Amino acid sequence: MTTLSDLAPAYPEIFLALAGMALLMIGVFRKTDATGLLTWLAVLSLAVAAGLIVMGPQGPVTAFGGMFVVSAFTSFAKLLTLAGAALALWLINAWVRKEQIARFELPVIVLFATLGMLMMISAGDFIALYVGLELQSLALYVLAAYHRNNLRSTEAGVKYFVLGALASGLLLYGASLIYGFGGTTSFAGLAAAMASAPDGSLGVIVGIVFVIAGLAFKVSAVPFHMWTPDVYEGAPTPITAFFSVAPKVAALSLFLQVLAGPFAPLIGQWQQVLIFVSVLSMGWGAVAAIAQTNIKRLMAYSSIGHVGYALIGLAVGTTEGARGMLFYMLVYLFMNVGTFAVILAMRVRGRAVEDIRDLSGIAKSNPGIALALATLMFSMAGIPPLAGFLGKFYIFMAAINADMVPLAVFGLLASVIAAYYYLRLVKIMYFDAPADAFDRPDAATGLIMAGCSALMLVLFVASAPFVAGAEAAAKALSLG
Amino acid sequence: MDAIVTFLDDLPILSVITFLPIVGALIILSIRGEEAVVAQQSRQVALLVTVTTFLLSLAIWFGFDPGTAAFQFEERVDWLPAYNIAYRMGVDGISMPFVLLSTFLMPICILASWEAIEKMVREYMIAFLILETMMVGMFCALDMVLFYVFFEGVLIPMFLIIGVWGGGRRVYSAFKFFLYTLTGSVLLLVAMLAMYLQEGTTDIPTLMNAKFAAEMQTWLWLGMFASFAVKVPMWPVHTWLPDAHVDAPTAGSVILAGVLLKMGGYGFLRLSMPMLPEASEFFTPLVYALSVIAVIYTSLVALVQEDMKKLIAYSSVAHMGFVTIGIFTATKQGVEGAIFQMLSHGVVSAALFLCVGVVYDRLHTREIARYGGLVNNMPKYAFAFMVFMLASVGLPGTSGFVGEFLVLVGVFQVNTWVALLAASGVVLGAAYMLYLYRRVVYGDLTKADLKAMLDLDRREIAIFAPMIVVVMWMGVYPAPILDAMSISVDNLLTKYHAALAAKQAMALPDLAGQVVAWLK
Repeated sequence: MTTLSDLAPAYPEIFLALAGMALLMIGVFRKTDATGLLTWLAVLSLAVAAGLIVMGPQGPVTAFGGMFVVSAFTSFAKLLTLAGAALALWLINAWVRKEQIARFELPVIVLFATLGMLMMISAGDFIALYVGLELQSLALYVLAAYHRNNLRSTEAGVKYFVLGALASGLLLYGASLIYGFGGTTSFAGLAAAMASAPDGSLGVIVGIVFVIAGLAFKVSAVPFHMWTPDVYEGAPTPITAFFSVAPKVAALSLFLQVLAGPFAPLIGQWQQVLIFVSVLSMGWGAVAAIAQTNIKRLMAYSSIGHVGYALIGLAVGTTEGARGMLFYMLVYLFMNVGTFAVILAMRVRGRAVEDIRDLSGIAKSNPGIALALATLMFSMAGIPPLAGFLGKFYIFMAAINADMVPLAVFGLLASVIAAYYYLRLVKIMYFDAPADAFDRPDAATGLIMAGCSALMLVLFVASAPFVAGAEAAAKALSLG
Repeated sequence: MDAIVTFLDDLPILSVITFLPIVGALIILSIRGEEAVVAQQSRQVALLVTVTTFLLSLAIWFGFDPGTAAFQFEERVDWLPAYNIAYRMGVDGISMPFVLLSTFLMPICILASWEAIEKMVREYMIAFLILETMMVGMFCALDMVLFYVFFEGVLIPMFLIIGVWGGGRRVYSAFKFFLYTLTGSVLLLVAMLAMYLQEGTTDIPTLMNAKFAAEMQTWLWLGMFASFAVKVPMWPVHTWLPDAHVDAPTAGSVILAGVLLKMGGYGFLRLSMPMLPEASEFFTPLVYALSVIAVIYTSLVALVQEDMKKLIAYSSVAHMGFVTIGIFTATKQGVEGAIFQMLSHGVVSAALFLCVGVVYDRLHTREIARYGGLVNNMPKYAFAFMVFMLASVGLPGTSGFVGEFLVLVGVFQVNTWVALLAASGVVLGAAYMLYLYRRVVYGDLTKADLKAMLDLDRREIAIFAPMIVVVMWMGVYPAPILDAMSISVDNLLTKYHAALAAKQAMALPDLAGQVVAWLK
């Protein structure tokens, strides 16, 4: 018999689900446009969910018969996801009013997408994982096509949907193989099964590879990245901001949760796949971005590269690596939200622009925006004294400590190539002749861009508490 | 007096000097008002802050105890406890003079940019102040990661200084500077991480006593070399320097030649030599060869330059060749000479770039052929230029002589061939500098626009006067500086030779074999 207190670990998710439905009702029954109100209520719900996570059980506990797991790791990942979603909602709110395409469903869908992410982070079973993943994905497909009168937006939605469905299929197929050969879908059960047969049967290994392929698609790692530039470019900008942080963080956490959880004993099998994926992502993310002129496409390739770095942390397969990966995700989240805030501020006479040439000479006309973006770009390039450097530092340190020096060297060299296109943006802003000045950004966008760029310095100087948090989270995984 | 001493002891003086410029930058950031007002106030704040920083740094000079090789004015705060990495600062006889060099040149840079920089003055001053923080911090850092952070951090402001306020192909030069240096630096980072892996610390004094296996030393040394050789710069990775110098604004060239190049030489002294003695000895012939080529080849290249800045840039490469030779002689005279040469070159080449800046501000060209006969209407300028030109040549009585002489004395003890070839560089140096001076200052004053040029104004005299004093003082009475570094250099060399006495067999790493092994 399940009592209410048995559900305590899942209170944040239950709350979000109820809040989402309530918000939907409010939106339907209010006569006037309720988008603004609902957005704030959604942010409030996310904050409450974060509060519930912090105050709720921290130790490893399960609910729903092991389907739902809560640990220091899931709490950390969920807080990051919620932070990303809340910041993105804040940006969305300012944007919909300018573009006059406000519809009250928007915050509600974001809320449900976030709920799906939290569900998949906490998944303790392949079935639960799939349910969470699909809830998230379906919501994201809708969001990509949100600007429904815009050809590129609808195209992005359809593309994302078709390829996303394919990836879900791969993942599901892999999960079914694992179930067939492992005898269970529960992570705890699989962990026991894998520990007794560390070499793994062929069926399980093939299954793992399919699962990795599916997850690699969700985090947009090479060679499953093709959808990313198109979707990033096509989707409305604040939605892209949301895509680039919250689902990424959630899917990367899921990656850790699955591979470093039940399949930790099989590290010898999946490690090389991860190294391959990570090297390709870093390399292609750096090289392909050079030719981009649309800033959103550029950010797509940039995020592919960043995922490559984060995956090093998983590929080394140690607690230290997982810690580095979690800290990298933290830095990446704020770096990216800040950058998208700048992209949202790229408006000339009320019209949004996306070409990097539109940034020409804004150091003169909009010094504040230029300074914020320059800080973020140097941070992305990993130049000290900014947080992006520390993110890479923790990752590379873990790789070298795990005796994977060539991987670290490759990552460093790829970061030099990547530095080129980040610098190019700085060059355009500071060195080139001024083009049209941007409109004054609204308060929310300005605040987020200033806050995130300042945070790059703060995180650099005082990284210790965050790293300690990441370490506690990483220890909750079963890595060596 | 006691009260002052106690106060100084309690004050984290190195951090104050390092971060005071950042505070200045924040003040400048908060200035509001008309553009002209902002520009003027930014200049004033920057000058005030840099002068204050210099005066404060004098406290290190006077409070420094030359009787010990230990690090002084130490500070330590935990920074990245996960890896036991600390914010640790301190100076010894080797780093202390460089701190003063940096703080001394900074107010001069600000003054030199007073009128030359007209656009985005606020941002310019902020970039310079951040640059000062990075430079001073790098010379004070006693943790490798901290060292690296400052070492790399220099790139951001310098990239902007060249790219925004430079001329000519500024964008190309800025990128070349950035990417060259960054590529070298990431290899330094790998070496650092590998050292951490073995020793479990990035603390520089601890690592100086660490013992690395011969095979590993070679790799580590090459990783560091990749970074420092680009920074020095050594032939053949010097090509970014002429471009960067030519296209940077005057003050950018001043700081580039004056301080940034010294980071490479300082890196050899602080990291490569004490931590990797066997590898340093093993690669000494390589360093000699590259340095001798640099000295002779770049001197010859300097001889045929038509652009004044480019000529001085190439002369910098040649002079830095002396420095690397001196360092790797591992003799007391050689190393002290190398450090002295770096300090001297820091002031002299900086002053020479300022001399170019003076005429460039008036005529807006650096082409040597456009000038001639300036002694007639610019006698004060001709005098200042002459002092620095002769110091660059190494005339006895100027700072340049002491450094070059000591380096040659040092290298004669270990390798006469290198000494002979290096000495020929001195002759070539005299040739290209005197030739430059003849073409610019002597001859007939025929061109009308040259006749209209005014001599140094009060601001420019205020820039050159202290530099002339320093150059002459270092040339006539170098003892205080040499005394300050003496014990530290002794300590470095004693440990170095002790390590070599217990020598491990060295061999070039079997590259192919290791790649094959790794692939398996």
